[in-house]
Amino acid sequence: MTTTPLRTSHTTDHLDLLESHAIFILREVVAECERPVLLFSGGKDSAVLLHLAVKAFAPQQLPFPVMHIDTGQNFPEVIDFRDATVERVGARLVVAKVQDSIDQGKVVDPGLMGSRNRLQTVTLLDAINDNNFDAAFGGARRDEDKARAKERILSFRDTFGQWDPRKQRPELWQLYQGKVNAGEHVRAFPLSDWTELDVWQYIERESMTVPDIYFAHDRDVVLRDGMYLAIGPFVAPRENETVERLTVRFRTVGDANCTGAVLSRASTLSAIIEEVALANVSERGATRADDKFSETAMEDRKREGYF
Amino acid sequence: MQLATKDLLRLATIGSVDDGKSTLIGRLLVDTRQLFDDQLDAIAEASEKRGVGDLDLSFVTDGLRAEREQGITIDVAYRYATTPTRKFIIADCPGHVQYTSNMATGASTADLALVVLDVASGLKEQTRRHLCIAALLGVRSIIVAVNKMDAVDWSQLAFDRVVDEIVTLSRELDFTSVSIIPVSALLGDNVVESSNNLPWYDGPTVLDALESSEAGTWEHTTTQGARLPIQWVLRQPGGGRTYAGMVNGDTMHVGDRVTLLPANVETTITSINFGGDEIADATVGLAADLGLAAETNAGRGDLIATAPLPTVSNELKTTICWFGEKPLVVGQRLRLKHTSKVTPVRVKIINGVIDIAKLDIDDSTSLNTNDIGLATLQTADLLVVDDYRVNRVTGSFVLIDEATNATVAAGMVGHASFL
Repeated sequence: MTTTPLRTSHTTDHLDLLESHAIFILREVVAECERPVLLFSGGKDSAVLLHLAVKAFAPQQLPFPVMHIDTGQNFPEVIDFRDATVERVGARLVVAKVQDSIDQGKVVDPGLMGSRNRLQTVTLLDAINDNNFDAAFGGARRDEDKARAKERILSFRDTFGQWDPRKQRPELWQLYQGKVNAGEHVRAFPLSDWTELDVWQYIERESMTVPDIYFAHDRDVVLRDGMYLAIGPFVAPRENETVERLTVRFRTVGDANCTGAVLSRASTLSAIIEEVALANVSERGATRADDKFSETAMEDRKREGYF
Repeated sequence: MQLATKDLLRLATIGSVDDGKSTLIGRLLVDTRQLFDDQLDAIAEASEKRGVGDLDLSFVTDGLRAEREQGITIDVAYRYATTPTRKFIIADCPGHVQYTSNMATGASTADLALVVLDVASGLKEQTRRHLCIAALLGVRSIIVAVNKMDAVDWSQLAFDRVVDEIVTLSRELDFTSVSIIPVSALLGDNVVESSNNLPWYDGPTVLDALESSEAGTWEHTTTQGARLPIQWVLRQPGGGRTYAGMVNGDTMHVGDRVTLLPANVETTITSINFGGDEIADATVGLAADLGLAAETNAGRGDLIATAPLPTVSNELKTTICWFGEKPLVVGQRLRLKHTSKVTPVRVKIINGVIDIAKLDIDDSTSLNTNDIGLATLQTADLLVVDDYRVNRVTGSFVLIDEATNATVAAGMVGHASFL
């Protein structure tokens, strides 16, 4: 059989293609939506997302604000990184606090040590409503979870902020269409096709900075439900738990009381890349208590309007 | 550790329900060690809970609650695999007729289709249908995994019978590269590891075939012209403007003569930037921004092109996959999105529906849900298009319901030569 002659004038480097695809999505959503916002937690994925957004609109300023959903249970290093990064790129930062949702009686305070992870959804949806945002960029990737693997790059949310996996818009070619009616919004995930390894390789290639807690360091931890939790204001040792000082790093950055550390000596980007390339436990499996409740924990949270 | 950069192959899976598509992808991921221990544990636990054996590989991709309960694939699941030289993006598409739009979503960006069929039942209606859609969407390479060879006692006769069917259909649909491989997704034969049960077969495994297929064919095309649909206008510090968009068709260089369409202004590329840095040329797939010599009021929806130039028109002969719940009829008004351009559109003529079994056009004058038909559309604004077979970016569009904003059709300019 004959083969159609194909032109060779294209880049085949996977990081270049992922980068350009993400920039294309960022521009497309900004052009089609009235009031976009970029969700920025200070974690590595949102750091990459913000870096790409800056590239997409350079030399102009970012044409949208960034928003942090603040549970009040963060790692201090991550908040420092958030503030420094936002200032460096000259973005406007909107902080929506879970504490405010608790004070308004919309959600129940789980107590100082209790997880506020699931409560974020209420705060997030209120903030989207209050600010009339019609598009929210997020750093979620499809390789993170089996429910995320099913989600479109532009994910339509109804007036309750819900995701309905059975009613997703067909998303053909690169024709992303983000038009919504009043009260509805889209979540846009420019990093959908990136893997954890792609993110680290890109961070290294672009000489980006990320919070220090991603690199190996000594820390007091307790082993709880198979995960090392860092001792601090939101995690105290329980009876029968022994505090150990170990060399650890964090593979994901969420709340201090549901994000586990992994034993690691990787103190440089290249060591992290090597570790990730050889890992035999998934990123969220190693480190996220919030996904361990049930087989479809992420799907259930996403249906409610979670990130 | 410096990992070598890899190229990127996008593939979509095709197959009728129960032919073992999700199991094959599960097998491919497990045997190439793409799955982590905790993911395998979770799949084993879910399999046990539903009483389907030790490890139901289809649960690797069927991640939604309803999918696991019903044992079917509803929506495209995207999975990622890497080998030493290549990154794969796998769109595992549903097999049921009612999820055709999801299947088309997965196939629209694919370089290649991985077809799974049951050796005992051969090419089912639904598989033919999806192969036809893949062909219409411009997929030219297929790898066909003839599955469940274990169930026919590894019979070469049974395999050869299916091969004949596939070869015949592949000729009709103009596939240019076809690999047909006997496999058992359940047992792993010829998926990643070659099989001892098939001494009469000495061809590649599925993974071998995937690794040797041509990558990156999605964006590049057979056109001789470069295209940049303008997404956004960037203001430069000196007061000039640059035009941002993704390059396709061919490389653009500083100094190239270009035409801005539909205004038909001839000018020259004076600068090319990426992420705020100047570069000399922009290859296909790069999200660049260009400076032009001419003073223009170009904006989003306009297109910068090198010769041979695309067509400027407000009347298009098209092929349409209709996903709407109610039929598409003549006179209907919708919104059309083509590259970065959105315009009102009206259906002028419906020229018939494709009969998948005969690869023929009937004389229907409306399109029902999941029908593929030919239609002439009248747009309010001028569009700048290429034939889809020449350029998948400037030849494709979607139709949008004006009230709900739902995407109700996928459209292609022109129609496939096999029709």
